[in-house]
Parts: sequence; C-alpha cells; structure tokens
Amino acid sequence: MNRIKKTGEDYIVDISVHIILLLIGLLTLYPLIYVVSASFSDSDALMSYSKVLLLPVKPTVVAYQTILKYSAVWTGYKNTIIIVFGGLAVNLTLTTLGAYFMSRKNVFWGTPITFLILFTMYFNGGLIPRYLNIRDLGLYDTLWSVILSSGISTYNMIIMRTNFAAIPASIEEAAEIDGANDITILLKVILPLSTSIIAVMTLYYGVAHWNAWFDAMLYLKSREKNPLQLVLREILIQNQTDNMEVAESEATIEQTVKYAIIVVSSLPILLFYPFLQKYFVKGVMIGSVKG
Amino acid sequence: MQKVRKRNEKNSIGVAAFLKRDFLRNKYKYLMVLPVIIWYILFCYKPMYGVIIAFKDFSPSKGIMGSDWVGFKYFAEFFGSVNFVRIFTNTIKLSFYNLIFSFPLPVILAVLLNEVKSKIFKSTIQTISYFPHFISMVVICGMVTQFCAMDGMIGKLFALITGQKEALLQNAKYFRTIYIASEIWQQTGFNSIIYFAALCSVNDELYEAAALDGAGRIQKIIHVSIPSIAPTIIIMLILKVGQIMNVGSEKVILLYNPLTYETADIISSYIYRVGLQEFNWSLSTAVGLFNNIINIVCLVSINAISKKVSETSLW
Repeated sequence: MNRIKKTGEDYIVDISVHIILLLIGLLTLYPLIYVVSASFSDSDALMSYSKVLLLPVKPTVVAYQTILKYSAVWTGYKNTIIIVFGGLAVNLTLTTLGAYFMSRKNVFWGTPITFLILFTMYFNGGLIPRYLNIRDLGLYDTLWSVILSSGISTYNMIIMRTNFAAIPASIEEAAEIDGANDITILLKVILPLSTSIIAVMTLYYGVAHWNAWFDAMLYLKSREKNPLQLVLREILIQNQTDNMEVAESEATIEQTVKYAIIVVSSLPILLFYPFLQKYFVKGVMIGSVKG
Repeated sequence: MQKVRKRNEKNSIGVAAFLKRDFLRNKYKYLMVLPVIIWYILFCYKPMYGVIIAFKDFSPSKGIMGSDWVGFKYFAEFFGSVNFVRIFTNTIKLSFYNLIFSFPLPVILAVLLNEVKSKIFKSTIQTISYFPHFISMVVICGMVTQFCAMDGMIGKLFALITGQKEALLQNAKYFRTIYIASEIWQQTGFNSIIYFAALCSVNDELYEAAALDGAGRIQKIIHVSIPSIAPTIIIMLILKVGQIMNVGSEKVILLYNPLTYETADIISSYIYRVGLQEFNWSLSTAVGLFNNIINIVCLVSINAISKKVSETSLW
C-alpha cells in the first residue's frame, strides 16, 4: 500500500491499535512474569506483598533448592523423557507409513481403509472401554500403555498425507521406472522432500507427549512410573507430596515452591520455543489447506 | 480416465483376478500400512467393541462376553437421575459461553495485527501471544489454582475490589468465568494465526481500490479486511458449533471440586467420575456412548445446515 499522506483518522487508528496490542501483550505476559518472579521470592515476603509484582521480593533460590530434594520431580522428568522419545519413534513411523499409504492413488483397498481410519475421528469406544482395553492388552501400569495408546493422531496423519500427496507424481514415476519399490520411494524420494512436515510432526507429537497427563493418570498406577505432569498435578493442584526427605512441618507446600516447579517443568518448552513457534505456525497453515 | 480403465479392467478379467493383480502390484503398500491397521484395530476398534458393556451389567470377573445383558437399564438410570439435567445444561452453558466470549477475540487480534506496520512490534506481540498455547494443561490449572487462592494474585485483587476475601475456586458462581478466562488467555494468540494468514493473502489492490473510493482506515477494515476473512471465520465457527457438546474433561477435572459441581460438572467429567472413581463402568460407558452419538449428530447437522446456507462444508 502506498499512502501519500496520513490523515487524522490514520493517526487515531494507528495509536489505538498499538495501545490495544500493547495491553494484550502485557496481559498475556504478566502471569508468566509473576510466576518467574514469585519463584525467586521469599515465601513470607510474597504472602504479605500487596503491590504489582514485577521483580522478586527479597530474592532467594530457596524454592529451587527445595525442589532439588523432591525426587518425584526428577523421576517424573526421566519418565516423561522416555515417553517423549519412545512415543516419537512410534508416532513418526506409524504416521509416515499411514500417510504414505493414504496418499497413493490406484490402490483398490485405499478408499475403504482410509474410510475406516477417518471413522475413528468421529466415533470412539469412550473412556472405560479404552481403559479396559489397556488392561486387556496387558499394558496396564507400563510406560508402553501411554506410548502405544497415543501411537497415531489421525489428524496429524491427514496433515502429512496432504503434504505427501502434493509432491509431483512425476518424481515418483521416474523412480518407479528405475525399478524402485514403495519402500525405496518413501525413504529416498518422499522423505527427503518432506523435512519440514517431519519437523512439524515431531514437534506436534513431542509437545503433546510432554504435556500429556490424562492417559498416564488412567493407565499408570505405580508412583515411580508417573510422568512429570502427574507429579505436577499432585503438587500444584492436590497440594501434596509424600516425599519423606523433605519432611515438611507445614501441611501445605509453599507457594514459591509451586511457582519454581512450574518454571522447572516448563523450561524445555521455553528452550524449544523458537522452533515450536515456527513449525506450529507452519502446521496450522498446512492443516488449514485441506478444507 | 483412470477410473474407467480400472472398471473395464475389472470387467474383463474378473473380480478375483483383479484383486490378485491389485494385491501383487501394491504389495509393498499393503505391507507398509499393515502396522497402521493393526494399531487402529487394537487401540480404536477393539475399544469400540467394548462399548457393548453399556448394555450389560459389566463385572470384571465375568468379562465383556460373560456379563449379563440388561438392555437400556443404564441409559434409563442416567436419564432418570438428578444429574442428567445438571450435567447436560452445564455442558451446553460452559461450551456456549466459551464460544461467545472466546471466538471473536482471535479475529479481532488478527485484524489489529494486520494494521501494524512495524515488523518488530508485530512479531513481538505474536511471539508473546502464542506462548501460552504451549504450556501444559496441568501447569495452566496449577497457575489458576495458585492465582485464585485467597492469598494468590487474583485472590488479592478480588479482595481489593470487592472488599471480601474469598477462595474463588470454591465458589460455583465463578467457575465458568475462571474456566473461560483461562481459555482466552491460553488460546487467543494461537487461534489468531489462521485469520492472520488469511488477512496476509488479501490482495493489496483491494485496499488501493477502496482508498481511491475514499475509504478511510476503519472503512477498509469493515469493507475489505473482514469480508476477505469471512469464509475462514464461517468454517471455524461451524467447527466450533459442531463441537458444542464435545467439551474435554481435562480442565474441568483439574479445576473442579464437590463445592463447584453445581456449575462445573459436565458430561465428560461425570463419565470420568462415575467410571473411575465410583467404578460404575457400565453406567459410565452408557453416558459416554450417549455423548458420542450427540456429538456426531451435532457435527452432521451443522454441516448439512452450513452446506445449504453458505455452500461451505467440512466434507
């Protein structure tokens, strides 16, 4: 847009747009600043503090030292990392295979199989049948239950299929004439051309595994198998920890410790955020094309 | 062309021979999709078979097959219970209010961002506003729990304004407000991406033409920006309305307590509580099946209506 001169209306619009956006930004950011500052604050000082909290009051790292003693947080971290990597291996393999199959044309059973896959997006067994199924398969109280039950997200698989289908058929045909079979075509032709969709899938699935807690709550009984999010739920929401080493005299966990745990558990998300932002935005675009 | 050729092929060589040829030609494709099919059978279709316990008096010792049929006993029990009306209306209310308050905001945010010239300012606001989307549900609810406590950030603010100290999450009156406000905080930025992308693809000539006709900034927003993203808005709205009875249980389970059941208890949290805390597995499955069928009916009818009215549909 080339504009010759700004009118009065332009100035008013520009100024108000900037002010509103600035307010939105501050409102979004403030709870996060609060959490971080509170985690570095002195517990008693925070309780009696009545102004807008920006910087920590009476800065201290006591809360973080307390967390170091919570062994459940660290086993939770370990379990979550196992679930993320194990889950990603299963997710990426199955999703790629399924997406490749669904993107092929002239396969007689392609349409019925695709239909049966899409059907599961609208109808499912529900909570109890899924729970009984996991027990039935002998996966109850193993990390496999969480890894395998979230093996495929049909929605993600469709996104990947759309992407595979957009690769020009001529490239694949050339490989076919050279005598390549489907496995070679997928590995040598399709996947090298699909690096960004693979990144999108890795981050979609990875974040979902990192943040998941519901399946773990249903399927994992032993405390030592609990992923981080379940440990967090215990501490943040149910307000309890049965960690003997900490042996707190107070009945409740101090607020500052809770805020510190939020920071510690969200750190990986923060570290990966530049990638997350880039590829999630990309994923939204690809996902919206299918409509 | 290909279809015609395929059919001719099929007629001339017979079905069995055709299938065999299809199988031989595509054997690697079928081999590759096999693990995927096995996964869907084990983790999606097998639980669907388990749905029949909604019509049985399920007991774990007898198993799904061995339990006695009871027909619609559990459906009748659910429809006849005092909980039915409560959780049904709570689900609709929570979903409906959430839609009304949180649906327009991403559109507004996208339109505002589109008016900004400075790239740095724009991308800073985007980076900040997308971030909450990535925070886990447990952490969000943990933050809400801490903030809304009597000595939390919002609790203190509330006391300052109203003059009374109150644990906000213990009061059924505030549950929906808290739920929806936290949804807005977490998702507005991320949900604006799709509208912002649609706005970016609007042809500049449209704005220039509007300027030649004497349109000011606000008129351009109303007559160019909004109409250009209207199809996107409609599709997103259809999707949301189709999901109106499909409210996830995660956030509710994390935030509610017996004191707030009155407004907070919804279908999916009820399914969870009845099934896994009271161990009434058949009743829980029956309610789950009922909810699933309602969801499908909503989605299909919304889609049919939108097809008729706006020629926009999901499939």
